[in-house]
Amino acid sequence: MYPRSFEYLAATSLDEALAALADNPDAKVMTGGMSLIPLMKLRLFSPSLVVDIGRVPGLDAIDDAGDHLAIGALVRHATTASSEAVQSGAAALAQAAALTGDVQVRNRGTTCGALAHADIAADQTAAALALGATMVARSSSGERTIAADDFFVDTLTSALQPDEILVEVRVPKTGAGSGSAYGKLGRRGGQSDYAVAGAAAVVTMDGGSVAAARVALTGVGTKPSLAAGVAEALVGTDGSEAAVAAAAARATEGVTVLEDLYGSEEYKAHLAQVYAGRAVTAAMAAAS
Amino acid sequence: MTTSISAMGGIVRRKEDPALIAGQGKYVDDIRLNGEAVTAFVRSPFAHARINSIDTSAAAAMPGVVAVYTIDDVRHLGPVLAQVPVGVMRPLLADGAVHHAGEAVAMVVAENSYVARDAAEAVMVDYEPLPAVVDMKAAVAGATKVHEGSESNVLVTWFSHDWWPGVFELVDHRPAIAEAKERDDVVVVSQEMTNQRLIPTAIEPRAVLADWNHGYNRVNLWSSTQMPHALAGAVAKTFGLPSNEVHVVAPEVGGGFGAKLNIYPDEILTVFASKALDRPVRWTETRREAAFSTIQGRGWVATATITGTKDGKILGYELDGIADMGAYSQNFTVAIPVLGLFVAQGQYDIPLAWQVSCVQTNTQTTDAYRGAGRPEASYYIERIIDMYAAAIDMDPADVRRKNFFKKEDFPATTAIGLTMDSGDYERNLDTLIADVDYAGLRAMQAAARAEGRYVGIGLSTYVEVCGFAPSVLAEFGFGWDAYGMPTSFSGSGLVRVNPDGSATVIIGTGPSGQGHQTTWAQVVSDRLGIDYDSVRVTHGNTAESPTGVGTFGSRSAAVDGAATYEAAEKVGGKAADIVAHMLEASAEDIRFADGGAHVAGSPGHKVTWAEIAEVAYKPHKGPDGMEAGLEAHAVFSPGNATWPFGSHLAVVEVDPDTGNVEIQRYVGIDDCGNRINPMIVDGQIHGGIAQGIGQAMFEDAIYDAEGNLLSGSLIDYPIPAAGDLPAFELGWTNTPTDVNPMGVKGIGEAGTIGSAQTIVNAVVDALAPLGVKHIDMPLRPRRVWDAIQKARG
Repeated sequence: MYPRSFEYLAATSLDEALAALADNPDAKVMTGGMSLIPLMKLRLFSPSLVVDIGRVPGLDAIDDAGDHLAIGALVRHATTASSEAVQSGAAALAQAAALTGDVQVRNRGTTCGALAHADIAADQTAAALALGATMVARSSSGERTIAADDFFVDTLTSALQPDEILVEVRVPKTGAGSGSAYGKLGRRGGQSDYAVAGAAAVVTMDGGSVAAARVALTGVGTKPSLAAGVAEALVGTDGSEAAVAAAAARATEGVTVLEDLYGSEEYKAHLAQVYAGRAVTAAMAAAS
Repeated sequence: MTTSISAMGGIVRRKEDPALIAGQGKYVDDIRLNGEAVTAFVRSPFAHARINSIDTSAAAAMPGVVAVYTIDDVRHLGPVLAQVPVGVMRPLLADGAVHHAGEAVAMVVAENSYVARDAAEAVMVDYEPLPAVVDMKAAVAGATKVHEGSESNVLVTWFSHDWWPGVFELVDHRPAIAEAKERDDVVVVSQEMTNQRLIPTAIEPRAVLADWNHGYNRVNLWSSTQMPHALAGAVAKTFGLPSNEVHVVAPEVGGGFGAKLNIYPDEILTVFASKALDRPVRWTETRREAAFSTIQGRGWVATATITGTKDGKILGYELDGIADMGAYSQNFTVAIPVLGLFVAQGQYDIPLAWQVSCVQTNTQTTDAYRGAGRPEASYYIERIIDMYAAAIDMDPADVRRKNFFKKEDFPATTAIGLTMDSGDYERNLDTLIADVDYAGLRAMQAAARAEGRYVGIGLSTYVEVCGFAPSVLAEFGFGWDAYGMPTSFSGSGLVRVNPDGSATVIIGTGPSGQGHQTTWAQVVSDRLGIDYDSVRVTHGNTAESPTGVGTFGSRSAAVDGAATYEAAEKVGGKAADIVAHMLEASAEDIRFADGGAHVAGSPGHKVTWAEIAEVAYKPHKGPDGMEAGLEAHAVFSPGNATWPFGSHLAVVEVDPDTGNVEIQRYVGIDDCGNRINPMIVDGQIHGGIAQGIGQAMFEDAIYDAEGNLLSGSLIDYPIPAAGDLPAFELGWTNTPTDVNPMGVKGIGEAGTIGSAQTIVNAVVDALAPLGVKHIDMPLRPRRVWDAIQKARG
C-alpha cells in the first residue's frame, strides 16, 4: 500500500492552506486522512499535493450559535458523537457520527471531512441533509455558504471547488417539539460498517400532528438524497404507525437506487422504506 | 514408550503476550539488513490472457530501479514445487499467458517500495484477452479451458469407495443406498448447497527477506511461513543446495490459517534476486495484494442427500460435488477435499457415498484454509441432517443422537476405512443439551413465534481429524517429499537443561499465534519440575531446531508436543541417575518438582536443578561413565490421527423487514481430550468460531464472470470484528486419546469446523414458519431477505 509520489504541506494557518490550494488545482485537503490516505495507498487517487490542515488552530470547536451549531473542520467524529450540544440539538448527526467507522476512525476522522468526502454510504451525510445543514466553504478569494441540499453532487463529489476548504458546517438545532434520528443497516449486519442503506429524519410535531419533516437516505444511490415524498406524505398526519408506513413507502420517489455487492435495487429500495420509517418513528419519539 | 496421562491443565499467562501487546514482537518486516532492496510485482488485470510481449525498458530505466525480471530470467528454476503435483504447477512468473487475475507477470527490484511500485506501473505488458471460466459447473462442462490445450478442467474426482484402494479397506455403499431408496418407508432429502470461496486474512500479510551469501554459498531466508523446514527444502532443491545451506527463520508469524502453508513464488524469486544482485532482497505483501498473491480457501458446490426412515434412521448419505482448485496446484490443492472425505460422515455410523471433483478455474489457487476440507464436509452433512429432521418432523438433536457412533463402538472404523481412536458423542451432546436447557430454549422459541418473531435454534455436531497419521498417509501426498524433506508428519522436540539449571526447548514446529512458547514450557515444567519461568521455547529456525514439518492441521500439541514430552522424559531419566548419585538414593525413587528433585517420601532430601546441572556438565562429579551434558531429542510418530469432536448451538433472531440476523447466543461444548492450557484452548475455539461465523455471515470471495475479483479489499470483504459477535459460551467434555502420551487432541480448527452450519441451521430454523429450507452462505441480510420474499411468494 504505497501511494504515488506527492508533496505534503502541513499548513499552520488557513491562509497558507488556501494559498496552496489556489496554486495547485490538483491538491487535496486532509484533516484526519481516514478516507484520503487509503485511496492514495490503493493508487486510486493521486493528488500532487496534500494540504494537511490538522495543525491549523481554531477549527476544532463545536460552537452553540443559538439557532444552530457550528462544527469546525477539525472536529472529530468522536467529538461530534459525544457532544451534549449535538446530542440534544442535532441528535441524528450525533448518532450518525457514533456509527461512523470504528473507534480509531472516529478518533481521527472529522465530521466535515466525511461530508466533503461525500462517500455514497457515509452516515453523517444523511444526517446533515435531513437537518438542513449549511456548509461554509472558504477559498483564498472569500467565503460562501452551500445548502446541504446542493452540496452532495455525485459519488465522492461535493459542490466544493478544488480551491475551497469546508471550514465549518452549520447545523440548525431542533427546537421544542422537534426531534431527529439516524439509523442504518450496516454491511456486517446490525449497524456495523458502511451503510447498506440508512436514513435520517427530522420531525416537528404540533398539537398531535406532524408540522414539518425532512428525511434523507444514504447508501442506496450515488449520493445522499432527500426523500421528499416521505416528508410530504407525513406532514399533516397524526404520525400514527399507519401514517408513517404510508409515508415511508414513498422513500425512493425521485431517488436513484443502485445495486451493489450488498443489495439488489429492489432490496435497497425496500431498506430505504424500512429505515425511513424507523428514523421518522424515532425522530417523533424524540420530539415528544 | 510411556503411557501415563499428564493432567497439566494449568491456566498460565502466555509468555508471548507482553512482547506482542507492547509491539516488541519481531515479524519479518521488522527485520532490516544493510543494503536490502525491495520488490514489487506487476500483476495481471485479466483472468485469462495471452502475453504477447513484456516491455520492461521504461521501468528498468527509472532512477532507483535495480532490476526487472520476467519468466525468461527464471524459467530455468522450474515451477513452484507442490506437494501434490496434480494439475498445472504455478510458474514463478507468468509464462506466455496468465490464468487468474492478479497473477504475477514481472518482478521489479528497487531501492524502496515507492519506486518499486512506480516502476511496476511502468512495465508495459501486451495482453491478448482469452475467454475465462469462473463458474465451477461451466468449468466441469469444459467448453472453455483454464489452460489452453488441456483436455479437461477436471483434475481428479475423489470417491469414498475408491480414494486409495489397496491401502485402506474401502466399502462401496452405493448399492445399499440405491436399494434403500427403493423402500417405501423412507424419505429422501436432497439439497444443492454452496460452500463459498474465502480469502484467508491473517493480520500479518506474508513477507519474505532473502540474503544470499556467495562466500558460504548459502542463503538466509526469513519468511512468514507455517513450514520453515519444508521451505528450506524447497529452496534448496530449486537452487541445487543441500537443505542445511538454506537457513530459514520464521520469526513471529501473525496468523497463518493454512495460507502460509505453501511454497510461494515470491519466496523463490527473492532468493533468486538476492543471489543475482548479491544483496538482501525483501518482499512484503500489501493487504490488498494478499487477495491475489496468497491462496484462497473453500469454494465447493455440492448436492447432499440423505435417505432415511421416517423415524430418523439414516440409511445412506450421499454427497456429489465440485471443488474449485483455481488456476494452479500448489501445496496440497487437490488433496484438500480428501481431508473432507476423512470426516464426511460426521459423528454418524451411516453408509456413505461421496464424490467430489476437483476442477480448475481462472481464479486464484485454493488450498488449506483453517479446517481445510473438513468445514466443508461438516457443513454438508450437518445441513442436510437438519433438513432430514425437518422433513420427518423430528427434533434435530434426536435425529443426530439416533445415528451416532456409540461410545462402545470405539475405536470405530469410518466408511472409508479410517480408525477413529476415541469418542463419546452422546455424552458431549447431552452436556450441551443440559447446559443450554434445550427444552427451555424451544419453549422460548415457541413463545417468540407466537408473537410473530423469528427466533431460531441451530445445532451442529462435528468430528475433526487432525495431527495426521498413520505414517502411510505420507505416500498419499501428506509428506514433504516434493520439497526434498521426506517425512511422515512426525513431531520433534529437543529438551536441553542448561548448565545453570534453566531449560531450553527447541521444537520443529513454529507457531503463528498458537502460544507454543507457553504450552511447551508447561509440558516440560510439568515433567521435570523446572520452574515455568526458567523454560524457554525456541522455534521456527531451521539451523537451530530439529527437523520439523510445521504448524498446521491442528497437529502441534498432539504430535510435536508429544515428542517434547518424550524428550523431557528422556532428560528426566538421565537426571534421575544423576540425582540418585548425588543423594545416594535409588533412581526409581527420584521425583521432580518445585524447581528440583527429591527422594520420594523425603521432600527435604533434595537438590535444585542448578545443582543437578552442575553435576551433569562436570562428569567427574557424576556417576561413573556418565556422558556430560543433559539434553535429549525425541521424534514422535503417532500411530493414528486424533479425532476431536463437539456440539455447538446458536440462538438467532431474524428481522424479517431487513433480513438482518442477530446472533443472541453461541454455545460450544468441545472435546479435545486433555487440555494443557485451558485458556489457550478457549482462545483457539474463540478464533475458530469467529472464522466460522465469518463464513456463515460475512465473507465471500466474489469473482465476476470474467474472473475479476470484486471483493479483493477489506472494504468489500467484511470480516467479523469482536463487536459483531456474541460472547461465546464454552464447555467441555474430556475423552482422552491413547494415540499420544499426553492424551491430547488438536483443537486449532475445531471451532471453524463446528460453527458455520450452526449459524445457518439456526437462521433456517428461525424462518421455518415461512417455509424457508435453505439459504446459501454468507447470510448477508440481502440473502436472508430474498429468501423470506421467495418463501412468502
